[in-house]
Amino acid sequence: MLTFTIRRLILSVPTLLFISLVIFLLLQLAPGDPMAQVPLTVPPEVKEKMREALGLGQPIHIQYWKWIVQFFWIEPQVLIDHWFGTTFADGKQRVISWQTRSPVMDIVVQRIPQTLWVVGLSYIVGILIALPIGIYSAYKQYSVFDQSGTFITMIGFSIPPFFTGPLLIVVFSVQLGWLPSIYDTTHVVTDWASFKVQFMQMVMPVMVLALQTTAQISRYMRSSMLDNLGQDYVRTARAKGLREGVVVMQHVLRNSMIPVITVIALGVPSIFGGAIITENVFKVNGIGQLLLTALFGNDIPMVMTLTFIFAILIVLFNLIADVLYGVLDPRIRYD
Amino acid sequence: MTDQTADAYAALQDKEPPKAPRSQWKDVWDQFKRHKGALFGGGFLVFITLAVILGPYIWQVDPQKLDIRNKDMRPIYVALWNGDAKVGWFRPLGTDNLGRDILANLIAGGRASMAVGWAAMVLALVIGTSIGVIAGYFKRADFWLMRFTDLVLSLPILPLLLVAVTLFREPLRANFGPEGGMFILIVGVVGLTSWMQTARIVRGDILALKEREFILAARSIGTTSGKIIRRHLLPNVISPIMVSATLGLATAIITESALSFLGVGFPSDFPTWGKLLADAVQRMEQYPERVVLPGILISLTVLGVNYLGDGLRDALDPRIRGR
Repeated sequence: MLTFTIRRLILSVPTLLFISLVIFLLLQLAPGDPMAQVPLTVPPEVKEKMREALGLGQPIHIQYWKWIVQFFWIEPQVLIDHWFGTTFADGKQRVISWQTRSPVMDIVVQRIPQTLWVVGLSYIVGILIALPIGIYSAYKQYSVFDQSGTFITMIGFSIPPFFTGPLLIVVFSVQLGWLPSIYDTTHVVTDWASFKVQFMQMVMPVMVLALQTTAQISRYMRSSMLDNLGQDYVRTARAKGLREGVVVMQHVLRNSMIPVITVIALGVPSIFGGAIITENVFKVNGIGQLLLTALFGNDIPMVMTLTFIFAILIVLFNLIADVLYGVLDPRIRYD
Repeated sequence: MTDQTADAYAALQDKEPPKAPRSQWKDVWDQFKRHKGALFGGGFLVFITLAVILGPYIWQVDPQKLDIRNKDMRPIYVALWNGDAKVGWFRPLGTDNLGRDILANLIAGGRASMAVGWAAMVLALVIGTSIGVIAGYFKRADFWLMRFTDLVLSLPILPLLLVAVTLFREPLRANFGPEGGMFILIVGVVGLTSWMQTARIVRGDILALKEREFILAARSIGTTSGKIIRRHLLPNVISPIMVSATLGLATAIITESALSFLGVGFPSDFPTWGKLLADAVQRMEQYPERVVLPGILISLTVLGVNYLGDGLRDALDPRIRGR
């Protein structure tokens, strides 16, 4: 198992390099000019100097190499400096945003907690709703509960978040006035009242994202439970007189969770992608919204770094899913 | 003695007239009919497709025509609970803030959304099927093509779509006009980023199929590789391709709407469902129907397509069929 993990970790390095190259070349091909906003009165030679100051004058492969060095070598040093108070990264060039002229990673670190709160919580809520639905609808296959569960999950699949978001805002913020429509990220939780405010503003974005998660995971849970409920070991467990609750909740559930857990791990990156839309609807200033503003502002280093962070998430969670599968299911041997 | 032989013959003979031979597609249809949701979904998809194709000939209002006098009209059903609302039968679903007819806009938007959805789906299918067939059939190509598929699968799709669309909008617009350029761009990026599942499924099926006897027989009489693929392999993988086609259509419609919603889709005077929804969000307190109507159309279409795919999967699987 350990060798497999290490091998996969090593294999993910070329994958990530390839992805970063694709993103980099895509951004290089793009026609956007960071000097477009500079006033026309600035003479061309000064503009050329400004371009070089941004690192744009050099050939593509040198730019790419510099980005690699900055992202993989200097940024970790900054992190270590931050944790241990050392001075490895002093005076070294970091990845600089063209919009704010400050290091990209500093801004990303400011924005990540908001995204993590909303996205992470929605994922947990979605899973907590999905698992019981999946278990019960498999146990009572073709019952009314199962049929309506199937229908609701189909709807959850089909209604895009950019429709559920505005719809919830119309109903709960405008018509009923129960919940705020805009997520206030400056809000600090200090006591019970402020916790209630925080809770209220999180309900809608979390539920919008959770609906998608619930739809997917409850389907997987149901089919996985159905696969296991017909197995011989279940009949054996019943035959030796175990209570129904023990049979379903311990014997069947534990075996059914194996594929579901890998699906849960695989779904984490896509929920970050979906969060781009949800953050836009509810005005959460997380990394999805940061990516959008950077795109519209032609801020290439920021876009590059953020897209690459999404790519790292995907590769990482694919790896986690594979490893978890091997750890949880003793029948699977990778070696 | 003769009696007994006659009995034996009688026992061997058919008691009832022989049934007409059943074709595979008749079986598929019979199974498909039993899935009520799929029947409904397919019916809705046909209905909406016909509606957006034939709609402009029946409802002959120009979706772009400005009519400031009749701006901000409500749909006719609002009159049921609000007698003072500005409604009229000549604008059954109301007008927007510039007086453009919403029904005509929904039809025109549906045309664009469905066209993008179908075109992107076909593109993804063609790429996915070719890569899947080549990887499955030719052993030498298999390793690299599948590694490539894995790599593309680990690209962050939505951020990359956003990047591609924002960055390449201008040159394509300059070359193909604002609508044509955007159409090519969105169909291209959606198609190029959603072929991977099809490729994987097709490859798996081809790998299993090409070891079967009928392929060996075909090869032994000197059939060329191209003919084997076209005449023997492709007809046998048509069912997984059809199922992933429905999924692809749903994804393409949603992706196009999401891009329009985020403001990187078609130009503002070119309606698509996502665009109509996004434009209406700012004033949804006063005019919720402008958000709800395109939203419902997107959701129902995608729901219909998903149910259709569900039914097709059951109908095309010979192990489930007939049960």
